[in-house]
Amino acid sequence: MTIAVTKSRVEDKLYQNRYLVDSGRPHIKVRPHERPSANLLALTHVCPAKCYELNDKGQVEITADGCMECGTCRILCETSGEIEWNYPRGGFGVLFKFG
Amino acid sequence: MIEENFDAIVVGAGMSGNAAAYTMASHGLKVLQLERGEYPGSKNVQGAIMYANMLEKIIPDFRDDAPLERHLVEQRLWVMDDTSHTGIHYRSDDFNEAKPNRYTIIRAQFDKWFSRKVREAGATVLCETTVTELIRDAKDRVIGVRTDRAGGAIYADVVVLAEGVCGLLGTRAGLRQMPKPQTVALAVKEMHFLPEEVIEQRFGLKGDEGCVIEAVGTTSRSMAGLGFLYTNKESISLGIGCLVSDFAAMVESPYVLLDALKSHPSIRPLIAGSEVKEYSAHLIPEGGYKAIPQLFGDGWVVVGDAAQLNNAIHREGSNLAMTSGRIAAEAIIEVNSRNAPMTKRNLALYKAMLDKSFVVKDLKKYKDMPALLHTNSCNYFTTYPRLMSQAAQNFMRVDGTPKIEKEKATTAAFIKARSRWGLLSDAVRLALAWR
Repeated sequence: MTIAVTKSRVEDKLYQNRYLVDSGRPHIKVRPHERPSANLLALTHVCPAKCYELNDKGQVEITADGCMECGTCRILCETSGEIEWNYPRGGFGVLFKFG
Repeated sequence: MIEENFDAIVVGAGMSGNAAAYTMASHGLKVLQLERGEYPGSKNVQGAIMYANMLEKIIPDFRDDAPLERHLVEQRLWVMDDTSHTGIHYRSDDFNEAKPNRYTIIRAQFDKWFSRKVREAGATVLCETTVTELIRDAKDRVIGVRTDRAGGAIYADVVVLAEGVCGLLGTRAGLRQMPKPQTVALAVKEMHFLPEEVIEQRFGLKGDEGCVIEAVGTTSRSMAGLGFLYTNKESISLGIGCLVSDFAAMVESPYVLLDALKSHPSIRPLIAGSEVKEYSAHLIPEGGYKAIPQLFGDGWVVVGDAAQLNNAIHREGSNLAMTSGRIAAEAIIEVNSRNAPMTKRNLALYKAMLDKSFVVKDLKKYKDMPALLHTNSCNYFTTYPRLMSQAAQNFMRVDGTPKIEKEKATTAAFIKARSRWGLLSDAVRLALAWR
């Protein structure tokens, strides 16, 4: 119940934002893994857009559509090779109206 | 797409990139600025407070047409526990001056204005263009950039990396290390819209006067962090940030912290009835002096957040960004005027000039503060805020307890929480780091 409430709140927040999603070309990918590291697992809570979620096999998946391109996941998980991180193509991604 | 050779390519159109591009273009250099957003500012996030002095050094008459929200007349520094805040407020009519010192701004609007000035100065600004790679010659000198546009190789004598805190290009090219989780904070922010007169009533403001609140305490849940509330003309920027390493270790969610801050009894009435129109997130460099990377090399310089130039103690970032951008540009102009090559040796001038400025001097002053606050965050962000609140309440509440007993109880609470030795050592370490 608590999880559901939190989730809907983040989605409500992201709903206010403007995005131009580059369909089929996600700028962040999670590499296939058996068990996520502590940092990758933490991203399911720490990512401010809640892009990371745990699937029922215990692996972490990403849906980058709501990404605000802050770079937190890059700082936590790029060095270990667990994620592949790039900026979206020019013009795509989050478009802050106020910033 | 562009066949010409430029004097300089600036990567990024934030504060440091715009300062650099404007300064070089207005001195007649042929400048190309590349920005990945749809418009300058569309990827940029800041609180935001803008410091007039540093912009005046670049655009002296900026007040004529820059989109400024409110000039600050009041600053509140709060230490919060779950139900209270203890504060130091400074408000002065002296801040109502002909040329005010600090303004709140909305970055997407401000950056569009700044970028217009850059174009008017003669630079070519290309948006919706992500720089994907630095181009280097056989001797490893940076000679240009590749972008995600067709035929995207562009050449220049020097590349100014104003690419922001993540610093993708520079870190991938091995020019500097990626920021560490313990040297960057993740901040989230919401834009709360309210009628102008409501903001003025709630904060006791008139006209363009503004008020800001910055708060540490239990709101960051023992993590090293800071909450902030800035008044704009018709909106309030409200946010909170904590170290990425703390977020990861505690497995906390930034939006949960933000919602808790919003419902804190000291904050809730200030934003009551507001309409939220945007939610944003951004990283902030927190490593201070010791996190400053190599700032220049053959054919490149790095400025602003990408160079981790942020004064976390004074919460100053954009002025360090603007100043480093301007100084890098001035160094490049100087080398260019001598018809000298943009070698590492010649571009060392940038660092020499920056070292003499407030940017490096301020960061050096607080070089030990990040380590102090980040390693004992529970004491500074939970234990002391609770003790302060208890002490204040004990002092204020009148309940027939003799004052001498109240004082003894407060002293005992401090000693119980931190021990005599702990209190002394915290005080000494803070004093040494502050020095």
